[in-house]
Amino acid sequence: MDPATKEVIQNVAYLVASVLFIFGLKGLTHPRTAVRGNLTGSVAMLIAVLATLWGGDIISWNLLIGSIAVGSVAGTIMALKIPMTGMPQMVALFNGVGGAASFLVAGAELAYLIAHADGVLAKQTTIAIAASGLIGAVTLLGSLVAFAKLAEFKFTFGGKKIWFSSSLVLPGRHFINSLFAIVCAGLCVMVVMNTTTSSWYWLLVVAASVLGVLITIPIGGADMPVVIALLNSYSGLAACATGFAINNNVLIIAGSLVGASGLILTSIMCKAMNRSLSNVIFATMGSSSASGPSADDVYEGKIKATSADEIAMLLDGVQRVVIVPGYGLAVSQAQHTVRDFANLLESRGTAVEFGIHPVAGRMPGHMNVLLAEADIDYDKLKEMDDVNSTMDTVDVAIVIGANDVVNPVARTDPNSPIAGMPIINVDKARTVIVIKRSLSPGFAGIPNPLFAADNTLMFFNDGKKAFNELVAAVKES
Amino acid sequence: METDLVALLTIFVLAIFVGFEIITKVPPTLHTPLMSGSNAISGITLVGALTAAGSGHGTLSTVLGCIAVVLATVNAVGGFVVSHRMLSMFRKKG
Repeated sequence: MDPATKEVIQNVAYLVASVLFIFGLKGLTHPRTAVRGNLTGSVAMLIAVLATLWGGDIISWNLLIGSIAVGSVAGTIMALKIPMTGMPQMVALFNGVGGAASFLVAGAELAYLIAHADGVLAKQTTIAIAASGLIGAVTLLGSLVAFAKLAEFKFTFGGKKIWFSSSLVLPGRHFINSLFAIVCAGLCVMVVMNTTTSSWYWLLVVAASVLGVLITIPIGGADMPVVIALLNSYSGLAACATGFAINNNVLIIAGSLVGASGLILTSIMCKAMNRSLSNVIFATMGSSSASGPSADDVYEGKIKATSADEIAMLLDGVQRVVIVPGYGLAVSQAQHTVRDFANLLESRGTAVEFGIHPVAGRMPGHMNVLLAEADIDYDKLKEMDDVNSTMDTVDVAIVIGANDVVNPVARTDPNSPIAGMPIINVDKARTVIVIKRSLSPGFAGIPNPLFAADNTLMFFNDGKKAFNELVAAVKES
Repeated sequence: METDLVALLTIFVLAIFVGFEIITKVPPTLHTPLMSGSNAISGITLVGALTAAGSGHGTLSTVLGCIAVVLATVNAVGGFVVSHRMLSMFRKKG
């Protein structure tokens, strides 16, 4: 077969792969078709890889097959071993390696072009290579920091234990960040202008890596869903830039699909917190002493603690219960116990639903994955707006491990750090039960008047233990 | 060369639009698998990595390419497997 025909067939295969990627993503729009959608995506990937191997002038087969085997085995083991509670850090890590692969490919392409093109490179190619290096390196290091935060790595510094998960704010960080951004921009220009050496490219990768660390390190806790979604978008855009660098359509198409997907998730997460993207990235939350009433003013003498037996009596014969989970559910791994509790109530004729805030947890959809793992029907997982519209008919709302996303201050106090953030209006249910270890504030660092409300009962307990006790108490009553 | 760039940009812009159209329809329940699944798709950079590693483009290209192949396969295979694991948990009872 002559090379021209071969190239045509290869490009047609890439087109087929691109179409299948689109169908695959389309499948993810409904839980019923999602498994098939994901499989379609993997078939598309297989087609693209086979087309590359068949159509390219591959000479080092052993090397390629060896590398693919190592990557596949490592990827599969990681994907199968990770518990569902570890999913946020797994997603972060996969984002990172994707970004790294993209900037390495761009670097390899640059090295090849410099060696074979006698310093005459098209501007569009070098611009794309620089973009790939910049985005890819920011993605890699940003993701590694996000990974460390989500996996709650800690280290000791000057005798003080520092948790990676908290937001680390460096003094003068805006200045340092701007400096590195300018350095990166300058290095991009050098990569484009100077086509006789790769050194500038690798300097760019190093500077962009530092930038990736600097940008991610002050962001913590409840802002993590935004960061993960953004890095997800970057990993796609890095692949896209690499596509421009090596003139490959399937990279551009698949990369921009992922880029678009990440951007949409980022914007959904920001809206769910009523904050702009720049506010999430550049402002710090929870560290400043929040204005407004102190915890003592809000809670003093108004907190009603309750017990499992009391709650069991309360739940006797009620029509409708809504459970609102937060990150605490993931921490105490209470999802299976919650399922047992929900099933028990349902068997006694009570309708149980779950009200899920878009930013509950540490990544988009975190709560849904945990509850699905516990075998809870996805029809019972309700979006915030659906739950809110019927909240006044709810007999008992049970909040487990959530705080800021049910804080009515978001509606009432325009000066609060969470002002205007859409919340789940559990305070409008007839009775609210909050399962929490203590009255400690959530990520926003402000007290929650919900805990002191007349219709609220506090059940101070660990999430999993609380539901175990509740199950026992309900069975006895 | 210039027309090449326009062609690539056309593809890029149209693909972004398709992406926006599809992804806005994904329900919040599936946001995590969407992320890991789309992340697996970004492992498409594997295609570039294979060419860089296998075409005898010189030692540096080959070494960088091989590392990229390993990382991109971890990304793609791991991403699809983990998404599959999650998605098969989402089901309707009865």
